Amino acid sequence: MYAWIWRHLPGGTALKALQAFLLVAAVCALLLFVVFPWVEPRLPFNDVTVD
Amino acid sequence: MTGPGGDDDSYGRLGPPAPRTAGDRVRTVVRGLGEVLITGGLVLLLFVVYELYVTDYLTGRKQEELTQELREEWSRPATADPQLRQVELGDAFGVLRIPRLGEDYARVILEGTSETQLSQGPGHYVGTAMPGEQGNVALAGHRVGKGSPFLDLDAMRPGDPVVVETADQWFVYRVLGDPATGDLDADPSGIAGMEIVRPTDTDVISPTPDQAASAAPTGAYLTLTTCHPRFSARQRLIIHARLDGGPLSKADLPDGPPALYEG
Repeated sequence: MYAWIWRHLPGGTALKALQAFLLVAAVCALLLFVVFPWVEPRLPFNDVTVD
Repeated sequence: MTGPGGDDDSYGRLGPPAPRTAGDRVRTVVRGLGEVLITGGLVLLLFVVYELYVTDYLTGRKQEELTQELREEWSRPATADPQLRQVELGDAFGVLRIPRLGEDYARVILEGTSETQLSQGPGHYVGTAMPGEQGNVALAGHRVGKGSPFLDLDAMRPGDPVVVETADQWFVYRVLGDPATGDLDADPSGIAGMEIVRPTDTDVISPTPDQAASAAPTGAYLTLTTCHPRFSARQRLIIHARLDGGPLSKADLPDGPPALYEG
């Protein structure tokens, strides 16, 4: 998977490294600010109320 | 994440690839599987970071906003129509101060205990008493993450002040128990200052704590609920406090009641 991505990035090693870094950053941001906030309320370990 | 480089450097430099054998295919599949598993592990780690730090940051920013909004609202002249002062679901309506949890510990509290409110700050159980009223002011807050407002609630001692600030008054509640001996269970009222209960024990937020929900209030109480043990939702940690004296006017005490500065 990672090898496949690496081979398909255009440019030399430095450019590829930069793109790879940006990809990783984008995925992290997507997870942190979109996926996790959506998933979290559906998980059971955040209940603090009695009901 | 596993950055560039690693095991794949050779791919780009090889000449025309040799015909793929069955072994190559197996290797590709196994490598792909390994990468997926490693990635999954890293995503889970990132989720832990999110829970412990990123939510703290997001809630902190939200609390700053709410504090500012509340200050502005409070500085406006009081509306003649008390209907406009009615607290609606989701409204920020007070500030909770607990010196035991930090000299400058102050959290804006909101009406409601769904995740929408609790991710912004401690939430007030709908239908329970409002600050100063007879009955039980019940508040829920996160233990870990989301600003961790109630992280160290297990450090509370008998007599510790829990101060609620509203538009124009201070209310000082004190944790039940015997301040002389430090015994949280030895309150004359028979109500413990701290208890650990099952999540279904709703009696803790009854008008008189631990009585039936329909029983008439016997005093002005305040109850804090959070999860217990830390990182788990198996039980609930409960703190009970009782109103100490009447409301104090903010006009007289702009910097807060003396109870805030006992420590």
